[in-house]
Amino acid sequence: MANQLLDAKGLNCPLPILKAKKALKDVPVGETLEVLATDPGSVADFEAFCRATGNELVESTQQENVYRFVIKHVR
Amino acid sequence: MANQASGDPSSNTKTMTIIVTKGSLDWAYPPFILGTTAAAMNVDVTMFFTYYGLPLLLKKLDLQVTPLGNPGMKMPMLGMHMGLPNIVGAMPGVDAACSAMMKNLIKRKGVASIEELREAALEADVKLIACQMTMDLFEYKLEDMIEGPTVGGAATYMEKALKSDINLFI
Repeated sequence: MANQLLDAKGLNCPLPILKAKKALKDVPVGETLEVLATDPGSVADFEAFCRATGNELVESTQQENVYRFVIKHVR
Repeated sequence: MANQASGDPSSNTKTMTIIVTKGSLDWAYPPFILGTTAAAMNVDVTMFFTYYGLPLLLKKLDLQVTPLGNPGMKMPMLGMHMGLPNIVGAMPGVDAACSAMMKNLIKRKGVASIEELREAALEADVKLIACQMTMDLFEYKLEDMIEGPTVGGAATYMEKALKSDINLFI
């Protein structure tokens, strides 16, 4: 289980990323943020976001129309 | 934090500038989407608002879109995509109707409003510069604008652009 949850369902690009970035600020380094989204573009976007910011995408899964990401706050 | 990239070649922070020249509902999106997303990805972002882009800094926004001279603009309607011939697009009230329709779509599809993205830009320390010459030319006052922008000219922009990794003109 992730330490914090962000529900970004129904939001379109770039809102899931913007909200995740904001939420990560409140996640202590080493802990994780779980993001739920329905935007199919968020799959590639969260990978790119994590690569560019140096955070770790621990999980990226899909259940029906909901995408679930677990991001470890590295820096 | 906001200025860590400015003029410091040893800094690893990437920088981007965007010249924002268009103020219609559709054209307002690319600069704000890229500016806020870049900021979220730890890029130091400067947006320079000039000409028709300058009113995007006004406190109250009522952005409009026009199908006139825009053959690429086809809206989803009745299960297909419909464009408007210019002679129809030129009629009174059509711009307002198209703008209302697009704002409705924006809301329904979970797309951020420009106001929302602008707020996100300010929160993420995106630097907003209002073009002084445009303010003089079109008679806009700083008091009419949101809090946050600074005023500058071409040289202010160029100084930033010269040491930026990405410079966009939109």
